[in-house]
Amino acid sequence: MTTATDILPDAIAEAPLIVAAYPMPLLRVDGVSKKFGAFTAVDGLSLDIQAGEFFALLGPSGCGKTTLLRMLAGFETPDAGKILLDGEDIAAVLPHQRPVNMMFQNYALFPHLSVRDNIAFGLKRAALPKPEIAARVAEMVALVKLGGLEKRKPDQLSGGQKQRVALARALARRPQLLLLDEPLAALDKKLREETQAELMELQRRLGTTFVIVTHDQDEAMTMADRIGVMKDGRLEQVATPRQLYEAPASRWIAGFVGDINLIEGEVTLQDAHRLTVAAAGAGMLTVAEPKAPLPSRAICLAIRPEKIRLSRRAPTSAGGLNSIEGVVTEVGYLGGLSVYKVQLDHGATLRVALANTNRLDVDAYGVGQKVVAWFAPDDCVVLPR
Amino acid sequence: MRLSRFNIAALAFGLAFLYLPIVVLVIYSFNASKLVTVWGGWSTRWYTEFFNDRAMLDAAWMSARVGLVSATAATLLGTLAAVALTRGARFRGRTLMSGMLYAPLVMPEVITGLSLLLLFVALDAERGFWTVTIAHTSLTMCFVAVVVQSRLAGLDRSLEEAAMDLGCDPARAFVAVTLPLIWPAMAAGWMLAFTLSLDDLVIASFTTGPGSATLPIRIYSEVRLGVKPEINAICTLIIGFIAVLIVGASLASKLSSSRGDSAAPL
Ligand SMILES: Nc1ncnc2c1ncn2[C@@H]1O[C@H](COP(=O)(O)OP(=O)(O)OP(=O)(O)O)[C@@H](O)[C@H]1O
Ligand SMILES: [Mg+2]
Repeated sequence: MTTATDILPDAIAEAPLIVAAYPMPLLRVDGVSKKFGAFTAVDGLSLDIQAGEFFALLGPSGCGKTTLLRMLAGFETPDAGKILLDGEDIAAVLPHQRPVNMMFQNYALFPHLSVRDNIAFGLKRAALPKPEIAARVAEMVALVKLGGLEKRKPDQLSGGQKQRVALARALARRPQLLLLDEPLAALDKKLREETQAELMELQRRLGTTFVIVTHDQDEAMTMADRIGVMKDGRLEQVATPRQLYEAPASRWIAGFVGDINLIEGEVTLQDAHRLTVAAAGAGMLTVAEPKAPLPSRAICLAIRPEKIRLSRRAPTSAGGLNSIEGVVTEVGYLGGLSVYKVQLDHGATLRVALANTNRLDVDAYGVGQKVVAWFAPDDCVVLPR
Repeated sequence: MRLSRFNIAALAFGLAFLYLPIVVLVIYSFNASKLVTVWGGWSTRWYTEFFNDRAMLDAAWMSARVGLVSATAATLLGTLAAVALTRGARFRGRTLMSGMLYAPLVMPEVITGLSLLLLFVALDAERGFWTVTIAHTSLTMCFVAVVVQSRLAGLDRSLEEAAMDLGCDPARAFVAVTLPLIWPAMAAGWMLAFTLSLDDLVIASFTTGPGSATLPIRIYSEVRLGVKPEINAICTLIIGFIAVLIVGASLASKLSSSRGDSAAPL
């Protein structure tokens, strides 16, 4: 029975990566390390970023994202490794000579200069003729929709306006590479979503390569072509948002990105691209065999809450599906979704997310309701433990 | 918040304690009588006297020149020291260095004066305008350093980085971004240095030579021979001048704090 469900995991794994249009990526980070005293902030990190790409760096606090960005901008010198921009080693190039601009986390707008002078600052250093500067500033002001505010000082602007000035200032020099360190962290949700869209639109229009650091997974997912997840100074996985979510490379990634159920188990049978797993607290489950060979029989199953369905009785076409009986112990209403905690009869607890497709709660499950949780073998990711 | 009666009384008493002697001095500077303690009606006679007193005017001019030159030198040196201590890489003994910079703030003036005197004698320097100026510069530069350093510490480091990111070399970044943000603190420091220099009797006495007395030295030697009402007039002028400087300094530091995130002391 090799249906579409069998092909799906592979299709995800081979989701279109950015195809190299040039023999050399715009940016190549090659085995770069940075130590602060005895502490290693970035640890032998390698990464290629293609021209025109929107790349997001994601990771827990203190994992070295800012440090990596500061090395790209030239504010920190790597202790080991090379950084190549357009094929050239930029180790010896000082910050002011790099075709790279950075948008600072706190914006770092010059408080004594007006919006216009802030934006023109980098252009004046580039010794452009005056009319050219004026034209470029006007273009930037229009681009980030700051018309009418040119004469204001930074402390007369709102957070969102400041952020747009910072963006315009960094873009005015037309850098090959724009680095953004948590640019939207200070904005409220609504403004953040609007700005995300504006940033994507802008990046597409200008064709500038963006590297953005963010804490916000949804933000990275929405905006980026590819996401690099960092942990302790290393890249754990570099993948498209979809790959990262649907085919996490490790148990840590699976737990870090989005919400997931992790169940440990033991492979008891391996047959026809199917594994039979004795899962702790969930009985015998059938799952799709992963592409990479497993190092041992001890594995970990990872299932996203929205991949599991609930019903009051076992599904009739149970062929090939895993169905497990349990009781709802907790219901969390989130508006569009409801999250149910299901205590399985075998002992484990599953989190299940269901879309609230009806306005009236006739269909919803209450606490204490006996249910059957079921999912397809392909919706479960098998990871080494 | 409204002041209670007790608070008003306390405030009045405190201010009176501070300012009554000064008020008496100012009033008596307009005394027509030759005797300091006897009121003889209003007059500006002693002001005229002062403006005809060659020796006193010379001393005032000397003080003004020493103040201008030493305050300017102290502002430059103090700012450099503050920049090196807040912006420089963390070098060994940096804490010791900044501690050493502040030591003169609490050093008894007699010791500073004496040590400078010994130095000038050892160097066989002719004592006069330049020795006093150098002595005052070394006294006041640490005050400037304190004022400027606190401003620098409150400045966001990433401002300079942003300037470098936008094409400034480090020196350019300092001139284009840091300097405009710290100049009010530097101005406040300058005024502080100037007043300190104008004020100083002890160190100037140690380091000056014959024929180049500063105003405080001159006044002090006159007073030892008996208080002339003319002294009251000079003091009133000095008080007025210093009041203007202090108001200027506090306005400058207010400007400096409203520009950025943290205030300079004063
Ligand atoms: N100048 C420094 N001196 C010493 N340690 C530093 C320095 N800069 C960063 N570190 C350390 O390096 C590690 C990585 O810091 P970094 O700022 O890159 O983290 P981050 O991933 O940006 O975190 P966050 O998401 O909280 O901004 C942290 O543990 C931090 O304490
Ligand atoms: Mg950071």
